[in-house]
Amino acid sequence: MQTAISDKTLTVYLQGEIDHHTAAAIRNQTDSRILRHSPEELILDFSGVSFMDSSGVGLVIGRYKLALSRNCRTVVTGLRERDKRILMLSGLQNKIEFR
Amino acid sequence: MAKAINDFKMNIPSKSVNEGFLRAVVSAFSALSDPTIEEINDIKTAVSEAVTNAIVHGYREKQGRIYIDAAILPDNVLRIKIKDKGEGIEDVKKAMEPLFTTAGDDRSGLGFTVMESFCDKVRVKSVKGKGTVVTLTKKITGKCE
Repeated sequence: MQTAISDKTLTVYLQGEIDHHTAAAIRNQTDSRILRHSPEELILDFSGVSFMDSSGVGLVIGRYKLALSRNCRTVVTGLRERDKRILMLSGLQNKIEFR
Repeated sequence: MAKAINDFKMNIPSKSVNEGFLRAVVSAFSALSDPTIEEINDIKTAVSEAVTNAIVHGYREKQGRIYIDAAILPDNVLRIKIKDKGEGIEDVKKAMEPLFTTAGDDRSGLGFTVMESFCDKVRVKSVKGKGTVVTLTKKITGKCE
């Protein structure tokens, strides 16, 4: 997982398969970067994700909540159609921006 | 019950590292029936949800075994049973409601909703204190149709 920070925007480039097993490490790394950089915008970039189940939804919900508590907005980008379909089952599209 | 044309059974420890392995095994087995890429992905996602449930809810992250019983039935119907001998579910109907979760934290409560949206049928049999069997059924239409 790679991240980039510029102009108060933290971009997290997610990669590979996101399931309950891999989500734990992604969660820890992302949260520590949010806490360290205090961004105003968090971009979760799914372009490099080859598989995702509902653990990906939990991952986005958890990061959205942490970001919100620190006045940071969340953007999700690079989603494949089927993964967008899974995320939309949660109603997250009303809270975060899909780009 | 319809006689299987092809089938396999296996069991494996309920370690989260095995989630990806089980997805791969079931998708390789279903590939023998010539599914579309979309169908393979549907099966992988549904299996991943059921296996995660067994690990997180069935065994509550403690050590147990997950039992997989997969079969191709007549008319190219794939049936996959995912069984655990864990805690069982108190109220199956409630557990299957979208967004319901007992795990808190980063669980979305969408596991059964995802299984239902990617399979034709999802059956859940659970006995408190004995375990849970999730049966996923999906007709594989294949590449030629």
